[in-house]
Amino acid sequence: MSKEPLTVADYPLAEKRPDVVKTKAGKSLDDISLEGVLSGHVTIEDLRITDRALRQQAEIARAAGRATLAANFERGAELVDVPQDVIMRVYELLRPGRAGSKDELRAAAKELRDVYGANGVAIFIEEAADVYERRSLFKRRY
Amino acid sequence: MTEETRALANRWKRFSDWDERPLRLDKFAVEDAANGFAAFTSPYDPKPGFSLSGGRVESMDGVEVRDFDMIDVFIARYHLDPEIAPEAMAMPSLEVARMLVDMNVPRTELVRLSRGMTPAKLADVVSHLSSLEIAFAYSKMRARQTPGNQAHVTNAKDDPLQMAADAATAVAFGFDEIETTMRVARNAWSNAVACAVGAAVGRWGTLFQCSSEEAEELKIGMAGFTSYAETVSVYGTEKSFIDGDDTPWSKAFLAAAYASRGIKMRCTSGAGSELLMGFHDRKSLLYLEARCLCLQRAMGVQGTQNGGIDGAPVTCTVPGGMRELMAENLIAVWLDLECASGNDARATESEIRVGAKILPFLIAGSDLICSGFGSILKYDNSFNASLLNGEELEDYLVLQRDFEADGGLTPVGETRVMELRTRAVDAVSAVLEELGLATPTTDMKRSVVAASGSDETRTFSGRDVALISEAIKERSISVIDVIKALAEREFAEEAGNLLNLVRLRISGDYLQTSAVIRDGRVVSAVNDPNDYHGPGTGYRLSEARRDEIVAIRDVLTRQEVLRVEAAFRPAEVTRIAYRTVGPATGAHDARDVVIGISPAFGIKLFQTIAGHPLSAILRVLIAGITEGGCTARIVRMLHTADTSFLGLSAARLAGSGVGIGIQAKGTAVIHQKDRLPHNNLELFSNSPITKLEHYRRMGANAAAYALGEMPEPVIVPTRGEAMGSRYHARVSLIYAIETEMTSEGAEPEEVEVTFLGAAA
Repeated sequence: MSKEPLTVADYPLAEKRPDVVKTKAGKSLDDISLEGVLSGHVTIEDLRITDRALRQQAEIARAAGRATLAANFERGAELVDVPQDVIMRVYELLRPGRAGSKDELRAAAKELRDVYGANGVAIFIEEAADVYERRSLFKRRY
Repeated sequence: MTEETRALANRWKRFSDWDERPLRLDKFAVEDAANGFAAFTSPYDPKPGFSLSGGRVESMDGVEVRDFDMIDVFIARYHLDPEIAPEAMAMPSLEVARMLVDMNVPRTELVRLSRGMTPAKLADVVSHLSSLEIAFAYSKMRARQTPGNQAHVTNAKDDPLQMAADAATAVAFGFDEIETTMRVARNAWSNAVACAVGAAVGRWGTLFQCSSEEAEELKIGMAGFTSYAETVSVYGTEKSFIDGDDTPWSKAFLAAAYASRGIKMRCTSGAGSELLMGFHDRKSLLYLEARCLCLQRAMGVQGTQNGGIDGAPVTCTVPGGMRELMAENLIAVWLDLECASGNDARATESEIRVGAKILPFLIAGSDLICSGFGSILKYDNSFNASLLNGEELEDYLVLQRDFEADGGLTPVGETRVMELRTRAVDAVSAVLEELGLATPTTDMKRSVVAASGSDETRTFSGRDVALISEAIKERSISVIDVIKALAEREFAEEAGNLLNLVRLRISGDYLQTSAVIRDGRVVSAVNDPNDYHGPGTGYRLSEARRDEIVAIRDVLTRQEVLRVEAAFRPAEVTRIAYRTVGPATGAHDARDVVIGISPAFGIKLFQTIAGHPLSAILRVLIAGITEGGCTARIVRMLHTADTSFLGLSAARLAGSGVGIGIQAKGTAVIHQKDRLPHNNLELFSNSPITKLEHYRRMGANAAAYALGEMPEPVIVPTRGEAMGSRYHARVSLIYAIETEMTSEGAEPEEVEVTFLGAAA
């Protein structure tokens, strides 16, 4: 990946910059063919987005003047390798009244940071913990 | 006065008529801000306001930072740009409103300013705009230049065969996105597979979502079946948000999770949801929605589905409700969000209100004009009926043609639809068989292909569908398995289409704002930005696109009219013979009544618009004149085809001074020689409903006038049918055939008519 951030001129990447589009296993878009699927060379894993692709799209979004969208893509990039059950557990914990205290959310943030390197998402969850405390959202609702 | 009239006399009966109109099934609510029934402004809405202290937000819309609820915190932290806010908040709202409709102020400048505006400020600005100005501003401010549309594809049986057929049909009509949901939650997987297969028939690129419970929806997405989601709801008050079982952080986390799975996502919000949930804080609908929209931009979602959505019906009960729905869509696009602009839940029983509701969006365009056009019949819509449904889809196609506006859809012919539906049902059946999920019978397939709705299908039982769905889930069947199954069973084209769609995930291009797929290319606000800055700019129909839109079915051509007419000729020549005797003369006795026929009468045209053979018309006219004690004489006019002039010319030739003018289409007049051309004795302009009996009485009355009597005029009863729309195209073509045969100064010809055989 080049050091220069991508711009709107590079978009859509699949069309304008296929050279920078790779699956997690390093396959190119051309490798993702019907023949590949039928021969078993292409699996569902090859049809997942990568953290790199999300960061590339974040660069394009920022170049198009959409900083908040870029930030979301960057949070998404951090979650690419987080397993589905962990994602659903953390989501559930973020819902009102699920966590009994700030500590539970902080522990989830720590796990995301330490295990998956999801520092931006961790900061986001810690921030939620503070707001939930101030707005009394640690009350059980059912 | 009878007992009955006395009892009813205190009511104008028109009100009873109005009571019976579909409109009166709608109920309207009084404006009542304290109870949440206020569209644009409530006395309890805050005044726009904002202050910074040391670079941090100190207060927003009258609330001090220490009193911020969680929505305020999120908006202040992630939406408001402290660099822009001092400038933007200081601008008078009216001035900003004028900028929104000023074609010389670029969209990009307004988008920049929106990032420094609080919810109350955004609401205050748009409340200065009339409905027309809102529509115009919407057209200028929407993010992607090319408009699009989204369909609901569901059915009451959750039948996978019908799901596939209807998905393929929706794709053929041009929808950019299709959304399904189910009657029974556990059928989600079956719906997902069936719609994914159906949407891969015919062309590729239609994005697909399966609206279900959050965790399930993500799982279905991860299995590769769906490509977008829009069920992430946000609310404008803290208590509604909590009752919705979420917070801005939990929803933003979910948004990031969707991105991490390569799934396009938008939020849902809309006027009335807080009102329905009982926590409106006495605020106006628009102000609460402005909060939702700032929140969505803050979360970093690419777009929104707003404009009432489930709250649209309640919003439409208050004064200005529809204008409010437009205004909240405008705020969405002003904030640079993709907008699936509502026009979704059916907010009224009145077809007039439906048409009025959709028109501004049709002509302004929108990323997705409907966030769920019911492509299926109303009763098959598992989301509940949409504003527009399968029943009314052709009306919408015609509106596109009427206004030369791109509503995102394209007419499709009957043969093509049958081919696609058959192919879709065969494809999904092959997948079900190949994966050992079910074996649809020929009868099932046949009934589904032809069915307009699920009432007409003989297909899987509810239990069958549940078993199919659970097997897909349990066996972790993914889109790869489905692609393989399609290819194995000689649906390589569909397999390739489906793979192309899933492959979009790898680059993530379609995660950008307002992305849809057109002709195999991602088209979004990044590479197709709306650059409207006046006439000649922005989205314009290309010649090719216009050709598609105008090509509705069953349109008349001159050839078709002539073909239909020619088909009547053989029968007419067995009933009547016309023989030209020579130039018509004027010297006849006082009982002479002339019937002036038009140039093509009985030569190129053979029946009236009502379908009466012209031989029958002449037979009864002559009979009427004869019964009235006069004699009839037929004269063909060649200098005119106009009814009035036919009649007047006939009258001036008649010994009695009274004549009848009649065109081949059946329009007729009784005239008198000393009158002005358009001041006739009796006019018969409603030829489509004029019966032979009326023509007979016309003849009798002409005779009566000839004898100096004053007969009762013939009234052709009408119930106010919209006959113009039914007949005018044909009438104009027919009339052109008549006028082509005229020549200036041509002399009228005496015609001898012989009736042959029996009357028609």
